[in-house]
Amino acid sequence: MTQKFRLENGGLINRDKKLSFKFNGKTYFGYEGDTLASALIANGVHLVGRSFKYHRPRGFFGAGVDEPYAIVQLYRNNETEPNIKATEQELFEGLEAKSVNCWPSVNFDIGAINNFLKIFLPAGFYYKTFMWPKSFWYRVYEPFIRKAAGLGVASTKHDKERYEHKYEYCDLLIAGSGPSGLASAYAAAKNGARVILAEDKPRFGGSLLTSDVNIGNQSGEDWANSIISELKEMPNVVVKNRSQVFGYYDHNMLVMSEKVSDHLPKTKKHHPKQRLWYIRAKEVLISSGSIERPLVFGNNDTPGVMLSSAAKEYLKVYGVLVGKNPLVFTNNDSGYETAIEFKKNGINPIILDSRVNPQSEIVNEAINLGIKIKFSYVVVAAQGYKKVSSADIAKISDDKKQLDTIENIKCDCICVSGFWTPTIHLASQSGNKTKFKEEIDAFVPGTSKQNETTLGAANGIFTLEETLKDSFIAGQDLSKKITNNDNKISFPNVVEKKSSQHDKFWCVPLPKGKSYKRFLDFQNDVAVSDIEIALKEGYRSIEHVKRYTTLGMATDQGKTSNLNGLQLVSDIENKVVPAVGHTTFRPPYTPISIGAIVGREVGKHSKPTRKSPMHSWHEKNNAVFVDAGVWLRPRYYKQGSETLFEASKREAKNVRTNVGVCDVTTLGKIDIKGPDAAELLNRVYTNAWLKLPVGKARYGVMLREDGIVMDDGTTTRISENHYHMTTTTAQAANVLSHLEYYLQLVWPELNVNVVSTTEQWAGAAIAGPKSRKLLQKLFPNNDVSNEGLPFMGYMESDLFGVKARIFRISFSGELAYEVNVESDNGHFMWEKIIELGQEFQVQPYGTEALSTLRIEMGHVAGSELDGRTISYDTSLEGLISKKKDFIGKRSLNREAFTSGDRQKIVGVVPLDKKTSIPEGSHLVKDAQAPLPNKKLGHISASCWSVEHDNPFSLAILKDGKNMIGEKLFVMSPLKNKVIPVEIVSSHYVDPKGERVRS
Amino acid sequence: MLHIKCPYCGMRSQNEFSYGGDASVKRPELNKEISDEEWDNFVYNRKSLRGKHLELWQHLSGCRQWIKVERDTATHEIFNTFKADEEIS
Ligand SMILES: [Zn+2]
Repeated sequence: MTQKFRLENGGLINRDKKLSFKFNGKTYFGYEGDTLASALIANGVHLVGRSFKYHRPRGFFGAGVDEPYAIVQLYRNNETEPNIKATEQELFEGLEAKSVNCWPSVNFDIGAINNFLKIFLPAGFYYKTFMWPKSFWYRVYEPFIRKAAGLGVASTKHDKERYEHKYEYCDLLIAGSGPSGLASAYAAAKNGARVILAEDKPRFGGSLLTSDVNIGNQSGEDWANSIISELKEMPNVVVKNRSQVFGYYDHNMLVMSEKVSDHLPKTKKHHPKQRLWYIRAKEVLISSGSIERPLVFGNNDTPGVMLSSAAKEYLKVYGVLVGKNPLVFTNNDSGYETAIEFKKNGINPIILDSRVNPQSEIVNEAINLGIKIKFSYVVVAAQGYKKVSSADIAKISDDKKQLDTIENIKCDCICVSGFWTPTIHLASQSGNKTKFKEEIDAFVPGTSKQNETTLGAANGIFTLEETLKDSFIAGQDLSKKITNNDNKISFPNVVEKKSSQHDKFWCVPLPKGKSYKRFLDFQNDVAVSDIEIALKEGYRSIEHVKRYTTLGMATDQGKTSNLNGLQLVSDIENKVVPAVGHTTFRPPYTPISIGAIVGREVGKHSKPTRKSPMHSWHEKNNAVFVDAGVWLRPRYYKQGSETLFEASKREAKNVRTNVGVCDVTTLGKIDIKGPDAAELLNRVYTNAWLKLPVGKARYGVMLREDGIVMDDGTTTRISENHYHMTTTTAQAANVLSHLEYYLQLVWPELNVNVVSTTEQWAGAAIAGPKSRKLLQKLFPNNDVSNEGLPFMGYMESDLFGVKARIFRISFSGELAYEVNVESDNGHFMWEKIIELGQEFQVQPYGTEALSTLRIEMGHVAGSELDGRTISYDTSLEGLISKKKDFIGKRSLNREAFTSGDRQKIVGVVPLDKKTSIPEGSHLVKDAQAPLPNKKLGHISASCWSVEHDNPFSLAILKDGKNMIGEKLFVMSPLKNKVIPVEIVSSHYVDPKGERVRS
Repeated sequence: MLHIKCPYCGMRSQNEFSYGGDASVKRPELNKEISDEEWDNFVYNRKSLRGKHLELWQHLSGCRQWIKVERDTATHEIFNTFKADEEIS
């Protein structure tokens, strides 16, 4: 198929490289340098989608980021992506795209029935229509809306593409490479400032690529190219195309999305698909230009009605005609520029100008070229369903209220220009309170809030000469402040055509007896009548009108609709636009892919992975790992075809009968030094610490100020002023911050230093009745007898030439020791333990067996210390000193903490001694009680007791102290289980704690 | 993302810090008899100010010092930062 709407010559596309692509299953051809939109228009395709609410046919309205309609589903390299603007997507060989928001097809769309049942979807239709009856919401309304609405389908597959984040600092960030961006970047760069110049399109130059101007005896485009090539050579300048600065955040941080690979058939090896730049800039120059404003008339959403600037861009950049019989409808001189471009390419446009008698260089040029112009004329309505086929036009009275006789003229497109709206989104996001500029009927940035300066069209300056002058000066002055250089740049000679005043007219009145829909917001299907209804119903604040009607919402953020919407509200309310005010501009300015936001923090990379020095040994010995905080810990060591249950039972049993060794490197360790170290511990822990002798360890519990248990662990006195604290794996970082808080802010008079040594020491717990014999083998020169190294004792020694610390402490309730060596020697230590332990049947055990051992002993851990329990609840109240004050003590006499039936830890055994109890289940008195069944407590941890060979659980139970011996029910609605149980002591094994002391 | 000047390390990005709440809260002295109300005020009750607020931040991924930051809670403007023991006039 030929590209019937492609000009023979012209445009910035590469005609030597023809590309094939598919749209809705049909194959077309375009050229390198096309967008999907320009290539489709070149092939005469104007119907690309259906509108959001009424499912009216949708074509192209813009040529870039301003496009409200042409949103497609893209297929690239076996991946699919929704919400892609055809006007921004660059063409590549093999590109495939499909229409969205239409079912079953773009040409025959069921939802279009909404269009003929207009009453069905007025303003606020979601709020009104789908409210009643309530039961209909899930069954009828929601599925209907989900099927009928939406702008594409997100892929459910794992995204294999790579996205990167980059942090950058610069002196000046310049957003937009039009005339103001180029001039300010050039001046600042010449002054030695570190500059980042960002352009969202593939080509630099902005409006210079399409306007008929001359700078320094070069065409606008040539001047732009020469400036860009010079900037690219400078070491202090970063020039980025396909890069949208979409958000202005606090403290001059901006975020930019760089589309690195989206324009290629597939991402190159070692390249990301997109890159998100976090840029902290000393100064920000906003040169984001302006977007043409639509004119509002009947059926102004018909495919073929588009912005006149877009028509000009398709012509000049892509060599594409949006129509061969164009009508230009304008209230200012910009429409003339488009008409002149048509005329120069052999097309005869007709201009309808709402103005009575405009006089300017451009108007005269159009007249001289023989273009047919009708002054005081307007388009009343576009005709044609899937494409404009004609226009109803009429002469309009000077007060713009009365229409004369309506005539119909044939045309295949209507190019509209309602003057220009500065793109002030970034300035507004920075906190700049915008102001209304009467001369251009639009908002421009007011006083700068952060270090931002808005230039050129974005600042409401529409002449090239003034724009360039301002921008050179801004670039020079701002960079001078930073670099102290003062290189003057000679100002180039500028030739441009002078424009005349635009007409404030923006909305064509409805002719008598007609009820055409006149659209304001093209993306969200908001028409004049919707705003009228909202105001009639009492909505006044523009923010409320926005939400009720959806005006200016969603991905479009009111790019084309904002001002006309405000204009309408102010007309009806008889206010001026600034009194109505505008809605908040929120980042992102354009949609950003979730992948880019997430960056590389996906899956395993979402947090660091810490491995102990013994990790490789565990791997070699079939360890199955589990995440413990950021650590990977062996959960169990699989032998043959063992299950988790079988393996952990074997490992735990071996600890109870022989000896086991567990990697405890992950426990938090904090080194505490200083003359006041004992005093700090005494204030941090609930028990007494001042009298702990050197060479002894003590178990301690620390509270938060609100009395809740924060963490537990042992701390050992290494020497007079030196302590070694251990914390749980999970709380290690919080405990360190906690200590630092009190030392730095609350008690700075304490002379103590704390530092994390978690990763400096490798730890192995050796537990079981034969552990002493094994220890003796490891340290043959030490007396490790019960007298030489008693329970809670500590000694320093030498493990075959390696410095070692030996603690007689126990997690498992068995006779146990913990050996620490410097991390580098961890692997050596572990292998020695395994080697010398062979004769005692040593086996490594993982976290699952460790849990079993501690649960049946009634030792509390993370699942009991859950941020809701106090010492009493976990039977740690014996460690509360009555003699001294400590963190959180004052909270302990709170009413709830001292009530007689306070919750307490208990043991739970199923009556059948067989059924395992799911963790998290509730304990209830009566399994048959009507819902909601009163919960008495919950199961915090479960295991299979290796000592008793039956299931055993710990629970936090109301009035637990008096519940021992009671029969209750465990209910787990999740697992659909009801289990009759008996409440027993939490100390299920060795209740007197004799083994650890043996 | 805020840009916070650590008095020890200089300008750093917010993600190196953790927030520590109202810096004007003073922990009651140890072993001092105080009313329930006083204690509750220390543990739970905080003003939610709009405007200038003196607050604590810890330079967690830096020097690990707790610092005081004078920040506007509405605009995020940071007026000044102080070392923990610095006199604030
Ligand atoms: Zn610091």
